[in-house]
Amino acid sequence: MTILKVKNLTKSFGGLTAVSNVNMELQKGELVGLIGPNGAGKTTFFNLLTGVYEPSSGSIELDNGDTVKKISGLKPNAITNLGVARTFQNIRLFKDLSVMDNIRIAMHKNVKYGVMSSFFRLPSFYREEKEIAEEAEKLLKIFGLESKKNELSKNLPYGEQRRLEIARALATKPTVLLLDEPAAGMNPNETSELTDLIEWIRKEFNLTILLIEHDMSLVMKICERIYVLDYGMIIADGKPQEIKSNKKVIEAYLGEEVS
Amino acid sequence: MNRIFNAKNIKTAAGVIGLYGIVQLLIMFNILSDYYQITIALICINIILAVSLNLITGFTGQFSLGHAGFMSIGAYSGALITINITHEYSFFLGIAAGAFFAAVVGLLIGIPTLRLRGDYLAIATLGMGEIIKIIVLNLDFTGGAAGLSGIPQYTNWTWLFIFTAGTVIVIKNFINSSHGRACKSIREDEIASEAMGINTTKYKVLAFVIGAFCAGVAGALYSSYFYFIKPDMFGFLRSIDILVIVVIGGMGSIRGSIISAILLAVVSLYLQDFPEIRMILYSSILVIVMVVREKLKNGKFKFDGLPWKKPDKMRT
Repeated sequence: MTILKVKNLTKSFGGLTAVSNVNMELQKGELVGLIGPNGAGKTTFFNLLTGVYEPSSGSIELDNGDTVKKISGLKPNAITNLGVARTFQNIRLFKDLSVMDNIRIAMHKNVKYGVMSSFFRLPSFYREEKEIAEEAEKLLKIFGLESKKNELSKNLPYGEQRRLEIARALATKPTVLLLDEPAAGMNPNETSELTDLIEWIRKEFNLTILLIEHDMSLVMKICERIYVLDYGMIIADGKPQEIKSNKKVIEAYLGEEVS
Repeated sequence: MNRIFNAKNIKTAAGVIGLYGIVQLLIMFNILSDYYQITIALICINIILAVSLNLITGFTGQFSLGHAGFMSIGAYSGALITINITHEYSFFLGIAAGAFFAAVVGLLIGIPTLRLRGDYLAIATLGMGEIIKIIVLNLDFTGGAAGLSGIPQYTNWTWLFIFTAGTVIVIKNFINSSHGRACKSIREDEIASEAMGINTTKYKVLAFVIGAFCAGVAGALYSSYFYFIKPDMFGFLRSIDILVIVVIGGMGSIRGSIISAILLAVVSLYLQDFPEIRMILYSSILVIVMVVREKLKNGKFKFDGLPWKKPDKMRT
């Protein structure tokens, strides 16, 4: 079943076309990689998927089981609420808030008690806050962060900040998870741990994952399919083995052979 | 474990009610002069204003320079109602109307201006405060530049205390709820906040409206305490005064706002004895407080003995 369908997506900034005529289909439960040289438009593509930018043309459709909904043109919070969550290339945690609060904020969309209930601490406030706290702690435990739940997120070491960002994205209960360079700045040891973690959460949370990554060991190991973006265009897609030996991809990364 | 009646809450409540009782007794037995009573009233009103501005600026991160505008709407609504309606409940009607109109204006102004960020928002709210002032200045029923006088005095220590404590509790409850966390996430990182599914526009406007509502209450209490109001009282300078309280107390700290409202009122009370250099001293104190506070916060301001008695290992 196709869960996310991108049709002829284009984004231009003035004269520069950052993403041009991209078509992509994600099947439910797939783990897909998006690679490409620096400046190829990968993050712009993510920003289009999550509503940070509005596409110049083309459309994005999300199928959440029973209805197909066009999500291009919606605001980021609306897209997240439909089940597309993301992490950021340059970590964007809520730095001066605790680890626990970072998770709880992501769970806000499921909060039912109203503003009045928060003013006067009505019973619904206590009931739901307790549920939120329990669920957040469960999530922190999975990511090995439960002992740090009261620390400010800015005080966590880098690797844990990356993990917290993934945990926070999962707290929004997504069906599609977009990871923007999750292994950036990690050492080989941490990367291999992260690789296992990504595979594990995919199964555990029943996710479809699209990830941008420069670390080829990670991409080749876990991605079932890979899209290669260069100058805003998809130049190749297929299984990792096919991509490795694709002439266009090698050219994009290493340059053309001089003949 | 009881959620409301736990040891900490009971201790706090006992302390706060004790404070109320002591001041009430001092007033009843005429130990506190009028001058001190006025200072206490100003402290309460400033606490309401500072805590509500802190919600907008300190917690939600939206810089506002027009808080006095909302206060003036509350003050004029309250005053006009208590002057024109003579009824035992007209005081409460005045406060309710003041809060309501301030909140409505907050909503109408918040929706367009909160799209702006940082210094642009500051300028827009500054303009908003001035526009409210000019409108009040030019209307007939507000008394124009001469202002309104003969406002019945209903506000007393008891009501000031109840409304101040009520505002602090309600805003503190709000901040420590999921809605309050949504506001704080906007301050921390607006893009991440949206990516986590928070409707940032809604929460910015909500914080603005709650802040305006409380400022309206403060304004209505103010007009009913001081008999007399005029547009100048609610100008740019008062907005700055409120902002100074918030900044001195610490952005995003309710307790800080309360302490700094009290501290600054006491400081200006004692500076009345030096009328010529009052503002110089006041400003100097602000500068000193900011420098010391920043160092305390960063842990740099540690007292490790007198400089000439420092142990040798410190001299490196």
